[in-house]
Amino acid sequence: MSRISTALRPALAITALFAMTSASHARDQITIVGSSTVFPFATTVAERFGKNTDFKTPVVESTGSGGGLKLFCAGTGAGTPDITNASRRIKASEVELCAKNGVDEIIEVKVGYDGIVLANSRKADVISLTRKDIFLALAKNVPDGEGKTKPNPYTTWKEVNPELPDVKIEVLGPPPTSGTRDAFVELAMEGGCKKIGWIKALKKSDKSAYKTLCHTIREDGAFVEAGENDNLIVQKLEVNPAAFGIFGYSFLDQNSDKVQGSVIEGSEPTFELIADGDYPVSRSLYLYVKKAHIGVIPGIEGFLEELTSEDAYGEDGYLADKGLIPLTEEESEEVLDAVANLTPLEL
Amino acid sequence: MTEITGILKTAGSKRHRAEARFRAYGLIAIAVSLSFLLIMIGSIITRGSGAFHQTFVQIDVELPAEKLDPEGTGDPDVLRKARYGKLLKAALRDRFPAVKSRSDKKALYKLLSSNAEYTIRDQVVADPLLVGGTHAFWVRASSEVDQYMKGKIDSSLEESRRRINDKQLAWIAELQDAGKIEKRFNTQFFTGGDSREPEQAGIMGAVAGSAYTLLICFVLSFPVGVLAAVYLEEFSAKGRLNRFIEVNINNLAAVPSIVYGLLGLAIFLNVFNLPRSTPLVGGMVLALMTLPTIIIASRSSLRAVPPSIREAAYGLGASKVQTTFHHVVPLAMPGMLTGSIIGMAQALGETAPLLMIGMVAFIVDIPGGVTEAATALPVQIFLWADSPERGFMEKTSAAILVLLGFLIIMNLVAVYLRRRLEIRW
Repeated sequence: MSRISTALRPALAITALFAMTSASHARDQITIVGSSTVFPFATTVAERFGKNTDFKTPVVESTGSGGGLKLFCAGTGAGTPDITNASRRIKASEVELCAKNGVDEIIEVKVGYDGIVLANSRKADVISLTRKDIFLALAKNVPDGEGKTKPNPYTTWKEVNPELPDVKIEVLGPPPTSGTRDAFVELAMEGGCKKIGWIKALKKSDKSAYKTLCHTIREDGAFVEAGENDNLIVQKLEVNPAAFGIFGYSFLDQNSDKVQGSVIEGSEPTFELIADGDYPVSRSLYLYVKKAHIGVIPGIEGFLEELTSEDAYGEDGYLADKGLIPLTEEESEEVLDAVANLTPLEL
Repeated sequence: MTEITGILKTAGSKRHRAEARFRAYGLIAIAVSLSFLLIMIGSIITRGSGAFHQTFVQIDVELPAEKLDPEGTGDPDVLRKARYGKLLKAALRDRFPAVKSRSDKKALYKLLSSNAEYTIRDQVVADPLLVGGTHAFWVRASSEVDQYMKGKIDSSLEESRRRINDKQLAWIAELQDAGKIEKRFNTQFFTGGDSREPEQAGIMGAVAGSAYTLLICFVLSFPVGVLAAVYLEEFSAKGRLNRFIEVNINNLAAVPSIVYGLLGLAIFLNVFNLPRSTPLVGGMVLALMTLPTIIIASRSSLRAVPPSIREAAYGLGASKVQTTFHHVVPLAMPGMLTGSIIGMAQALGETAPLLMIGMVAFIVDIPGGVTEAATALPVQIFLWADSPERGFMEKTSAAILVLLGFLIIMNLVAVYLRRRLEIRW
């Protein structure tokens, strides 16, 4: 008997450890998951919130928009995150998934905008593009002029549009797992693709063919997947003045001595033009809050208060300093209203 | 006769030449790898050394009692809640009274770290007697100013291309003339937690997280690994089952680490409901990953103990357990420790399995135990390398230096333990 208990002791100790930690699992720290684009902004607010209040600083994980919503919608309770960030709006299918798992009330907070830029080294000239140029330069298949498609034959920008320089097409961009890539494909590529008459008609007749055509990026080496690290793309552009890179506005803002954003549809990627909505390749950033956790996990209301304070997301707030493009006044009033009343999202 | 010596001579010199060539290849290989190592470490040091210094600015801040502590209680809670940001901005405006326009004021405020108000708050809370007077405080300069002071921003570029404008440069020059701006050793980097502001960010949170994670990993994997190896090598029958287990352990050692992360997510988090993002779970996942390495190393070091030791022990009447634990295991211990340290060093550098269990996260508070949210050193490096702020570049390299330091300390401990254990024999 005593021998058995000696043998069992370590096992018992481990079980006890499990039991102990599970019992003490009522969380006193907010957990946030989601988009890597929103990550720099969510973390800044989290840090401020931790320093300004007596609550613990929230833990912010960077899981990607889709991954974050999946975790968020897994259910309610201390084991699931309280807030998720997204660089796109929540999809109807995700709202359904949430509801199925008992997360039926979600508060949507639109935090601002992010511009996606196509930039090149300062050593080269700024170029001015249309979204159609971008589509023709980067799509896998392009129209052959007779209502059909052919594999992309263009090797230089000049072939795409005679006004562009005679430089080899070489674009460094994020991989398909990235939200930046999704947004770029949707806003820039599809935006240009739609400009071609028969493709626009295709949208009505055969939606999946339209999507494949507009959303597929070429794989013959002209578009290089450069990984999720935007700093790396900036460094590569610096050594290769002929190349272009795709990344978020905040990286352009921080590296304005090395790279410059291309003009798209006549509008430069500057803070003001993105805020005004003139710059066409920009997207909204969101935060989704689980209403069931408010009052259970301490500090969520305080966090929202910090986020929506003038100091944070106002026009001169610290989030704008980090490169977040603020909402217009009307929009921000709507958001403030929703946050104050904890109005759940309705799609 | 002469013919034979001739043949021998040529054959001999041919062999010598082959040997000389081989030695040369070896030397070249070592020289190439050494030079790569030197280039790598050299570039990390030159890039990272900046992070060990930080620019500070001295500023006179008025601390009116009616704003901070209207009732004069001296209660630290009241002093903590007060807003110091406005006082600091007012202090800056007083320092540079010529600044009038709104955009210039904004540029002026950007000279100081956006976290500078907390430095003042902490000092006031620590010494409530400061309230009611005007005092000089040294606060952190913003990352841009810091980068400029370190010569990383080229002021000869045109204004729109740098993150610091001409007016700011003039203010900095004025502060420099007055001796109110200086570079100091950045203790915050070693004692602080993470921050979104490069000038404020520290590595301690990640160091503590890594230490707790490795502690859990060692406590779980070392005893289990060593005992498993002892059993397999000394006690179990050498049959088909034993070989089957061996093959499987070898296979496990080659499983990509992300798979262990998925396992951890599925079992430790979802079944046992252990808290996410904690060193406890991280250590458990890494322990699973390290186990095969420890078992394999331990088994081979057990095998290297000469059979004569066992036979002598049996000859003197020792039982199997006595023989194993009194004689064989102590002799094999140095090898086992080496194997464990290699396994742990590998675990120290892992990020992939930690991603799945939520340790790839922004965490400001320094963890105080294994059940508090924490991150690890390689994760911190990854997060900083991914940040848009330019100031994080040097922090990234400095964090790599800290990680290398951590590794060197671990290896030194292993060498020390090995020496001690070897002397006992």
